[in-house]
Amino acid sequence: MKLPIFMDYHSTTPVDPRVLEVMLPYFSEKFGNAASRNHSFGWEAEKAVTLSREQIARLINCDPKEIIFTSGATESDNLALKGVAEMYRQKGNHIITAVTEHKAILDTAKRLEKEGAEVTYLPVDKDGLIHPDEVEAAITDKTILISIMLANNEIGVIQPIAEIGRIAKEKGVLFHCDATQGVGKVPVDVQAMGIDLMSFSAHKIYGPKGIGGLYVRKKNPRVRLAAMMDGGGHERGMRSGTLNVPGIVGLGMACEICEKEMETETKRLNEMRLKLQRHILKELDEVYINGHPEKRLAQNLNISFAYVEGESLLMGLNEIALSSGSACTTATLEPSYVLRALGIGSDLAHSSLRFGIGRFNTDEEIDYVGKRVVETVKRLRDMSPLYEMAKEGIDLKSVQWTQH
Amino acid sequence: MSYSNKVIDHYNNPRNVGSLDKNDKEVGTGVVGAPECGDVMKLQLKISGGVIEDARFKTFGCGSAIASSSLATEWVKGKTLDEAFQIKNTEIVNELNLPPVKIHCSVLAEDAIKAAIADYKKKNE
Repeated sequence: MKLPIFMDYHSTTPVDPRVLEVMLPYFSEKFGNAASRNHSFGWEAEKAVTLSREQIARLINCDPKEIIFTSGATESDNLALKGVAEMYRQKGNHIITAVTEHKAILDTAKRLEKEGAEVTYLPVDKDGLIHPDEVEAAITDKTILISIMLANNEIGVIQPIAEIGRIAKEKGVLFHCDATQGVGKVPVDVQAMGIDLMSFSAHKIYGPKGIGGLYVRKKNPRVRLAAMMDGGGHERGMRSGTLNVPGIVGLGMACEICEKEMETETKRLNEMRLKLQRHILKELDEVYINGHPEKRLAQNLNISFAYVEGESLLMGLNEIALSSGSACTTATLEPSYVLRALGIGSDLAHSSLRFGIGRFNTDEEIDYVGKRVVETVKRLRDMSPLYEMAKEGIDLKSVQWTQH
Repeated sequence: MSYSNKVIDHYNNPRNVGSLDKNDKEVGTGVVGAPECGDVMKLQLKISGGVIEDARFKTFGCGSAIASSSLATEWVKGKTLDEAFQIKNTEIVNELNLPPVKIHCSVLAEDAIKAAIADYKKKNE
């Protein structure tokens, strides 16, 4: 086993060697511009791009022509929200989203609010789930778009997308899904789920950084978008710019591997997560799993360890790459807004760790991480005044703390 | 967040972790911070004849908070109450090379020293 161990697969993933292999020729000998229609270099590039569209289309059950390539999911989210807001301005100005969405959605929504849009931010329950009836209740005659993520990047909770999609169809409202953390990990079918626009990214699924896509429905209904990037009219005029052919080739291959291996990989990673979870729960008291226990990604475990602070935990586990909801890991000094939205107190939000298990983790690594987490939490609890007070039977909620 | 070697050393080998009997008349206890803010420090001083004989801490917080309180226990030992009262958070910042975002950790350590001294004085009025 090699150190350091990477267990932060929600942040990014290494490129799968099989993906890298198919990409390499497109940097050098097959370097053509996919938009060059009059020579073999261009045709070769276009052919590769077409294959990638087909590989993606198979994974999400759409027509290959419905894929718009972008630089990644942040751009896709921006294009979906801003593009719809501008194109459908005559129809209305109301957008529905949720408080636990990624910042690429929330910050884009805030920008649109400044420009006159009305945005409803739906709450989530204590498990992090959105209730479809609340989506329905929020729809007005001005609503032009619902944007709900498939799987949450912090707590891995999977939203009831098909039910929300059905409501959107009934009400004639467009439905965008930020599926960045879900595509390739759970089955996605844009037809069955009633999705009209969907963002995804290669680097979350063992493809390269800097490439992603937006699925844009072509019929029933035909979705139109105002372009954010003007230029040569690439990608059905929705996203100009020379195509990143090596990236696109990598994204396609990454999707193909996910499609073929999803079932066995999910099963394997789920067992690894449960093993880690069992070990931690057996060895430590007062640990809390954040997010719904079952409706979540197999790869995600988010746990709060009461009475110890997340950043100091990470410091004690510095040979393991993890992330924390602790404020101290951010510039804002605010703990995770996702955990706060679940009604989790700031104290427990500060005490959380996110484990993102992925393709290249091994059972041996899971055992090692479990052992090290338990030992570090115990060590820090031994020096935690809060743990000491709790053990003495003092109710921490009743203590007059000095705020600072 | 990258830490200075001194912060890492205090985190890995914290000095004077533990508790003293808070009911002892010679022990002053200071608890500062709040769990919601992500850091709570408990600092205890054992004082005899106006001199700090011993010090213990327990801290809930990031590595810089642990290091600041660990350093504070080292610095106060052997000092008179007046000398300990003069310790400034900026001295802790300099010693540990704390970045601006972690200055509040040093403030907390200074507050903890002052709170422990105040507790001792109140007990022995």
